[in-house]
Amino acid sequence: MINVKNLSKRFGPIIAVDDVSFQIKKGDVLGFIGPNGAGKTTTMRMLACLIQPDGGTALVNGFNIVEKPLQVRYSIGYMPENTPLYGEMTTLSFLNFVCDVRRVSKKKRDEEIERVVGICSLHSVRHQTIETLSKGYKKRVGLAQALVSDPPVLILDEPTDGLDPNQKRDVRDMITSMAKNKAIIVSTHILEELEATCNRSIVISRGSIVADSTPAEFRETGGGSIDRYFENITRGEN
Amino acid sequence: MHTIAAVMKRELKAYFSTPVAYVLLFVFLFFASFLTFRGRYFEVRQADLRIFFDMLPMLFIFLAPAIGMRLWSEERKTGTIELLFSMPVTVKQAVIGKYLAAWIFIGVALLLTFPLVITTNYLGNPDNFVIFTGYLGAFLLSGCYLVISIFCSSITSSQVISFIVSVMVCSIFVFADYPSMLNVLQTFLPAAMVEAVENMSFVVHFESIRRGVLEFRDISFYLLFITGWIAATCLMINERREA
Repeated sequence: MINVKNLSKRFGPIIAVDDVSFQIKKGDVLGFIGPNGAGKTTTMRMLACLIQPDGGTALVNGFNIVEKPLQVRYSIGYMPENTPLYGEMTTLSFLNFVCDVRRVSKKKRDEEIERVVGICSLHSVRHQTIETLSKGYKKRVGLAQALVSDPPVLILDEPTDGLDPNQKRDVRDMITSMAKNKAIIVSTHILEELEATCNRSIVISRGSIVADSTPAEFRETGGGSIDRYFENITRGEN
Repeated sequence: MHTIAAVMKRELKAYFSTPVAYVLLFVFLFFASFLTFRGRYFEVRQADLRIFFDMLPMLFIFLAPAIGMRLWSEERKTGTIELLFSMPVTVKQAVIGKYLAAWIFIGVALLLTFPLVITTNYLGNPDNFVIFTGYLGAFLLSGCYLVISIFCSSITSSQVISFIVSVMVCSIFVFADYPSMLNVLQTFLPAAMVEAVENMSFVVHFESIRRGVLEFRDISFYLLFITGWIAATCLMINERREA
C-alpha cells in the first residue's frame, strides 16, 4: 500500500528527514514514534503531498507522490496535527464539503455521512458549529473528515493528543476496528498507545529511522519496558 | 469544475455565516447611497447614475480588500490550508474557487444598490442600457480590486497586513491616471512609459464601459489583469505552502 524509498527533506541547513525507507501492507497499523522534531510530521506531510520531498520517492496505493499528487490525495485520509478545521461551519456542512471535494455522489452522500458520523459518534453535534465543540469532538470531526469516501490509506498525525483517557481509548478502538481493510500510519509520542493499536512501529530520531520492529519486541529489548528502550535508542546517540 | 464549485460554495457560506458579511454590506450600501445623494445627484438635474459610478472606484479601494483579506490569511492562520490541500484539491482550483466566491459577494453588494436604479427611473427617463453597462463595468472593475486583495492575502497570515497592503496596491492602480501622478512620472520617464502607466489605471478602462461603449481592449484588459494576478496567487501559494 505504501512504499517509501529513500525519502529526504531539508529546510535550509536542517535535515528534517534523512533517507527514510519503509513499506506498509494492507492491514498494518504503523506507529511512528520519536522525540519532538524528529521528522514524523514532515514524513507524513510528504506522504500526503503537502510538501515535496528533496530526494527519494514514495508510492501510495500505487501512485507516485511526486508525479500523481491528486490521485494520492484521493487515496489518503489525512488528519493534520492539532486538527485544523473550518470553525464557522457546522459539523454536517463541513462533512458535506468534504464529500463534495472527494467526489462522493449525491445519491450516496447521506449514507456516507451517516457512516462516518456513526463511526466517530458525532450524532449529537451534527448541527453544532465546529468552533463551539470541545477538543474531543473536534478531534473526532477531524477523524471523520479523513474517513469520508473510505480511503484505503489513513495518515493520522497525533490523533489522541490532548484527549482525556476515555476519549483516547475511543480513538484507539476506532483505529483498531478499521485496521483490517486499510493501511494506517499513526504518529504519537505516547508509548502505551503503540502497544494498544499498532502491529508495527518505527522509531524516528533526528530524521532517520533508528528502529523498525513490533512494539512487543521493543518491550523485550528494553528489558520489559518500552520507555527504557525508547530512551536508550533516542538518547543513546547523543 | 466540480471542485472549484465546492470550494466556492464553502467560501460563500463562510461569508454569510459570520456577521462580517452583513456589516460590510451595510457599510457599503450606506456609503454608496449617502455619497450619491449627498453628491450632486439632484443638482445635476439629469436622470443618470453618473455620480454613483464616479465614486465607486474610491469605495472599492476599501470594500474589496475587506472582502478579500480573509481568503488565504485565515487559512494560513488557522492551519486549515493544510487540511484543504490534504484533500484532492489543486492550488489552481482552490484559488479560483475562493476568488469567484468573493467576486459573487461583491456582485451581490452591487445588486443591492438597485433602489438607486428605481429612484432614477422614478425621477426621470434614464438610459437603462447605460446603467446596465455601468453595472457591468463596475462588476469587472471590482474583480480587479479583488484579485489584488486575494494575492495580498496569500502572502501573509495576518489579515490586517493583507488589508493594508492591498489598499495600497489598489490605490496605485486607481490613481495611475491622475494628472498629479502623471506629472511626476513625466519628469523622468519617456512618454511611452507614461502612457503605459496611464493605461494601467482601472478607472481609464471603466470610464468607457460605463458610458455604454463596450470595447474589446477594455474587457480584455480586465480579463488579462485578473488572469495574471490569479496566476501570481497560485505561484505564491505553491511557494509558501511549506512555510
